[in-house]
Amino acid sequence: MKKIIVGMGTCGLSAGAQPVYDRLKVLVKAHPEACELDITGCIGMCFREPLVEIQDDTGRTIYGDVSAEFVDEIFKDHVLNDRRIDDERIIYGVNHDGTTFGSEAAFLDLQERIVLRNCGIINPESIDDYEGIGGYQGLKTALTEITPEEIIQTMKDSGLRGRGGAGFPTGLKWSFAASNKGDTKYVVCNADEGDPGAFMDRSVLEGDPHAILEGMIICGKAIGAGFGYIYCRAEYPLAIARLEKAIAAARTKGYLGKNIFNSGFDFDLKIKQGAGAFVCGEETALFASIEGERGMPRIRPPFPAEKGLWQKPTNNNNVETFANVPWIITNGASAYSSIGTTKSPGTKVFALAGKVAKGGLAEVPMGTSIEQLVFSIGGGIKDGGVFKAVQMGGPSGGCIPASLKHTPVDFESIPATGAIMGSGGMVVMDQGTCMVGIAKFFLDFTQSESCGKCTFCRIGTLRMLEILERITRGEGVPEDISKLEKLSIQIKEASLCGLGQTAPNPVQTTIRYYLDEYRAHIEDKKCPAGECEALVDFIIIPEKCVGCTLCARNCPVDAITGKVKEVHIIDQEKCVKCGKCITSCNFNAVVKR
Amino acid sequence: MVVKGVMKTAAKKESFNYRLWRYDGAPGELIPLLQSAQEHFGYIPRRAITYISGVTAIPESDIYGVITFYSQFRLQPMGKFVVRACAGTACHVSGAKAIIDTIEDELGIEVGDTSEDGLFTFLTVACIGCCSLAPVMMINDDTHGRLTPASLRKILKKYRREGKDSAEGAVGVS
Repeated sequence: MKKIIVGMGTCGLSAGAQPVYDRLKVLVKAHPEACELDITGCIGMCFREPLVEIQDDTGRTIYGDVSAEFVDEIFKDHVLNDRRIDDERIIYGVNHDGTTFGSEAAFLDLQERIVLRNCGIINPESIDDYEGIGGYQGLKTALTEITPEEIIQTMKDSGLRGRGGAGFPTGLKWSFAASNKGDTKYVVCNADEGDPGAFMDRSVLEGDPHAILEGMIICGKAIGAGFGYIYCRAEYPLAIARLEKAIAAARTKGYLGKNIFNSGFDFDLKIKQGAGAFVCGEETALFASIEGERGMPRIRPPFPAEKGLWQKPTNNNNVETFANVPWIITNGASAYSSIGTTKSPGTKVFALAGKVAKGGLAEVPMGTSIEQLVFSIGGGIKDGGVFKAVQMGGPSGGCIPASLKHTPVDFESIPATGAIMGSGGMVVMDQGTCMVGIAKFFLDFTQSESCGKCTFCRIGTLRMLEILERITRGEGVPEDISKLEKLSIQIKEASLCGLGQTAPNPVQTTIRYYLDEYRAHIEDKKCPAGECEALVDFIIIPEKCVGCTLCARNCPVDAITGKVKEVHIIDQEKCVKCGKCITSCNFNAVVKR
Repeated sequence: MVVKGVMKTAAKKESFNYRLWRYDGAPGELIPLLQSAQEHFGYIPRRAITYISGVTAIPESDIYGVITFYSQFRLQPMGKFVVRACAGTACHVSGAKAIIDTIEDELGIEVGDTSEDGLFTFLTVACIGCCSLAPVMMINDDTHGRLTPASLRKILKKYRREGKDSAEGAVGVS
């Protein structure tokens, strides 16, 4: 009996997995004796979605870029006639002896998967699948074999550090919450993945929801909490749906509720949907939001371990942190601490996106270099571009230039570059990305997401944004750079929470590594990357122009001339650089230079 | 590349009326109540604020403060089609600006506005999480990826035709 599995994470669905699944349903119904059909989460190879996996006597075979038509071919050849379609459309496969093959085998072979161990392998909507691969065994150990103190000691020995970005040792955090006395304590899972360009938490929530529940229940036992909350973004409807299913199934099986594993321990949890505010990723703001208020950060101390949610001792960890917990309890602290570097043990999941050839999720041991991630796993730069920088840590992070590509990713080396580890978003940039523009992009984001409580964050980020806007318009003055540097320090010093304390990072790192680009904007009134509209010329590429006259008709200042079916020309004297010609052209013939 | 119905798999939400009726004074219920009000009306009308305030005894001004803090909540009716262009980092470096400009141009409205015929509301979002398909936008529950100005215009024309053909009211309020 063969098994056909369709990748149905949000990325798979966005690439068209639903019609593929629907078509397979029809085919399988016609041949129920040949195979069964199942779904799974994201395996991380987003660049080849939709994916279809066939499991048979020879092992596993994954086909990529599957269309509704290709599915018929796979079904006829591979499923019915045992003829594997041996071409580059097989992206990954595992033989029974464990050897791997396929056109993208390197992408997975170079990884070490702990957090993503089940993503793309099991059906996330089936608790039997999760139990089948050893799920809830860590919980059993934690509840029936060892004491809460031993759980915390194991977490401390493993060296696991919080994966939300700050890298605080998880075992230590748990011990604080455990040492505070109180009848009511809470476990909170931060699933408010707000950094644009990061999607690993979404993938784990959609692909392996039970692992998070298991991690949270173990944490509950360790700190003595009886209730938990998962605070999840409303923008992740599929993740919420799968979590709801997982919670219901765990209750039915007795992993949630009263007297779990006859140990006398009670635990239950609830999902809280976020309502769209980046600052709610900050833990005290997150608590305020769960309490139904405006998500504004609170002053610490008192720290959450003492007075958190509803003024009760609370332990808050990120999705990826909790997903590590069951693995550590099952496999032992030393198995975990032997991976990665001494100060940053374990693995980290990165979301590769932007101008990288193979965008997707990659989990690697800490200490892997940026170069290995971008080139060996990510396949280098898209469309033959030149590697310029990676942006790590989202709006709180910074840009690391290509010259530092040998930097290992861990909690010591990345902050030394001025960026932060962050939650794991890694946006790759090529020569066409303006670094002043990217600083402006992030400031625009943090400025509008600032909750407004601290004056320096509320007004300081706006002043910085205004300066950056002026520079990209070609109206910058030389003292702007020192003004930006001064404001950066002031905002960092005078803000209460992580949002304000890190908001200037994108500006500081771009000034540090790309000062000449700032100077070119300010002194020469040029944008070297050719992105800032006010500083470039709009040009029609003669080879691409078909003479449809559309741009000339849309031009508000009649700067474009040319006859029907002849190449058009933009008069640079008249052009006001509004960009209407670019957006109206159907042939991508207008470019900025 | 279009996908139907990612959102539709989400569990059916309890109705606004039921939630209000069931309210037992438990803390932290304001945001879920507002979310179900928005689900019910398509936006949060004045009278929903009054209802919620009446039941929960939270002052209307406080409720208004919460509504305006979170980007999910809307105080104005939405168009029949809600266009959400992704302005995340990956989309930004892949040319989201040209996509946003084209949508504004094509619909004749700016980010945050609803067109006069009530067909389109145009919003930007920080990240849809489909970074490998950048640039991306969502129209209602369908995701459209790997956009160019040309492919985008085609998609918007299709929706405009669909909207004009259907005899249903223009504004998406039930």
